[in-house]
Amino acid sequence: MSTVTIDKSGPTRKVKYGSMSRDRTWALRWSYFFLILFAIFSLTPPLYMLITSLKSSAEISAATNPWWVYHPTLGNYVELLTSNQFLRFFWNSAWVSIIVVTITMLISVPAAFALARMKFWGSATLATGVFLTYLIPDSLLFIPLFKMFAVFGDWTGIQLVNRWYVLLFIYPTLTVPFCTWIMIGYFASIPKELDEAAIIDGASWFQTLTRIFIPVALPGLIAATIFAFTVSWAQFLYPLVFTTSTDQLVLPVGIITTLIKGDVFNWGQIMTGALLGAAPPLIIYAFLMDYYIAGLTAGATKG
Amino acid sequence: MADVSLRKVVKRYDEVEAVRGIDLDIADHEFVVLVGPSGCGKSTTLRMIAGLEDISDGDIMIGGDVVNDVPPKDRDIAMVFQNYALYPHMTVAENMSFGLRLKHYPKAEITSRVTEAARMLDITDLIDRKPKQLSGGQRQRVAMGRAIVRNPKVFLFDEPLSNLDAKLRVQMRIEIKKVHQKVRTTTVYVTHDQVEAMTLADRVVVMNHGRIEQIGTPNELYHKPATRFVASFIGSPAMNFVPCRLEDVGGKLNVRLTDRLAFTLPPARAARYQALSRTDKLLLGIRPEHVMEARPHAEPGIEPFDAVLDVTEPMGMETLVYFTLEGSQICGRVNPNAGAQDGSPLRLAVDLNNMHLLNEVTGAVL
Repeated sequence: MSTVTIDKSGPTRKVKYGSMSRDRTWALRWSYFFLILFAIFSLTPPLYMLITSLKSSAEISAATNPWWVYHPTLGNYVELLTSNQFLRFFWNSAWVSIIVVTITMLISVPAAFALARMKFWGSATLATGVFLTYLIPDSLLFIPLFKMFAVFGDWTGIQLVNRWYVLLFIYPTLTVPFCTWIMIGYFASIPKELDEAAIIDGASWFQTLTRIFIPVALPGLIAATIFAFTVSWAQFLYPLVFTTSTDQLVLPVGIITTLIKGDVFNWGQIMTGALLGAAPPLIIYAFLMDYYIAGLTAGATKG
Repeated sequence: MADVSLRKVVKRYDEVEAVRGIDLDIADHEFVVLVGPSGCGKSTTLRMIAGLEDISDGDIMIGGDVVNDVPPKDRDIAMVFQNYALYPHMTVAENMSFGLRLKHYPKAEITSRVTEAARMLDITDLIDRKPKQLSGGQRQRVAMGRAIVRNPKVFLFDEPLSNLDAKLRVQMRIEIKKVHQKVRTTTVYVTHDQVEAMTLADRVVVMNHGRIEQIGTPNELYHKPATRFVASFIGSPAMNFVPCRLEDVGGKLNVRLTDRLAFTLPPARAARYQALSRTDKLLLGIRPEHVMEARPHAEPGIEPFDAVLDVTEPMGMETLVYFTLEGSQICGRVNPNAGAQDGSPLRLAVDLNNMHLLNEVTGAVL
């Protein structure tokens, strides 16, 4: 066996930190500090929901430590997932969201393309107008909208109020302006020469959109899709106003109206329902996160 | 393939006239370069030929047909852009075949055209790559390939080499020339680089302020510029201009630059300028290669003079020398062994056989 001798008498190298690296170290420390603070702040509510969902009603009302589960049970989950009512809410939400996303994309992608690229009279004003529409809060819009659908029902005999599909007409008032706005920004970041090249290659406007712009702007498209889905899925005010019958309710409203009976709050099931309701967007985010980030930061640098 | 004609073509943006009535005839197979400074209207002219800009007035004809209202896709043209404009989500082959696929060409035809173009441009190995995996030069080759496979009537190039580094630019310049020698498609090429214009063109169109200053072969423009703008724009370093006037001394015609400096014109030049007014304000235009170190033996038309050099720029095969004459900076090209040094005097000579006289007011070359 040969021995390896390590010369410890050699000159010890002093690592000199320049001001740059010292700055960086401190910047990182502060970043972590705030990130941890933020993580605690934003993760505490879901954690509390999870803990509560695993408790029985008796344990919830008992004066024990609310942050600890002494007798864990899946009773709340079993009860909700076997309840036809809850599954009905879930399906209503799913249908509404999927159809709204489809409608939104079918409207906002061509709209954004037209506003961003086909320079026509008033296109710039219209683009700003689209954004301004988004700024009008839904709490202002729901009364006139309700009136509109009620009057429409009176005139035509087609009753849309208190039908789940009325939401298909209402949600796009929120999703279309924002998604159009996102897509305008995204399309605008695509070099003009790209559509000129396509036009010279013989593509029509429609082919330029479907074969060049949509594939190139896919991250933006996915970001807009996720946004539209999240808005539709989590919308509370409109379904609360427009739907009342239990079989027409979507998840957020359904949980509140059926699990709160008078002044009796079924906390365990409410929390379970909220957690289950949060699952689909969470799963979608997890899969499409990279695209979502890429979409939101697009145009920041010229690729 | 086809010829291209522009008749009194005007482009107005609101109040601004970007192109002010251009007449231009480009023959079949010809390689024409539009050159000029930024904002001279050259790119606008090209884009009007492509159909990407509407024309405000006049006619554009391709192959004898007026195409004013014909959309770009029906003009049978192909364009190469400055930033390549490759479709980022398609492979090289897909990029090149996009136009053919839109026109529903048979697959075998598409494949053979793409293969042929790729071979011509030496990008066969890159055919399955995406644009982001290519270097600038390779991207520009693909952009050219996309134009070639379409086999169009006219190629349009919009400053295609501006995004490349100097070395690659020279290489691609030769590449473009080779391609044109092979396919012989009528080509209109826009650049602000006069070297590119000179080296590539059959004919160069020099533009300024939305008008054509001069049309001619590279040599014509260099040796017989029509205006001061052309004279100064073509050639690098640029032509020198010194205020001067003509005077008769002892039956000979002199060009007087300063109180102390006047040159006798050689007979051929004297005959040409004899009729000019002696009181006109003139400019002597002389290219740097015609200001050189003085030779030991007198030669006809080559007049020696002394100058104190401001700056010298050794280029290796020659040294550029700069000195001031009557407030004008003059550049000369001397032999590297002539002993030119910053701040020191040097005996130089001017070759008046190659001089130009310009009207200082109108800028016209006389």
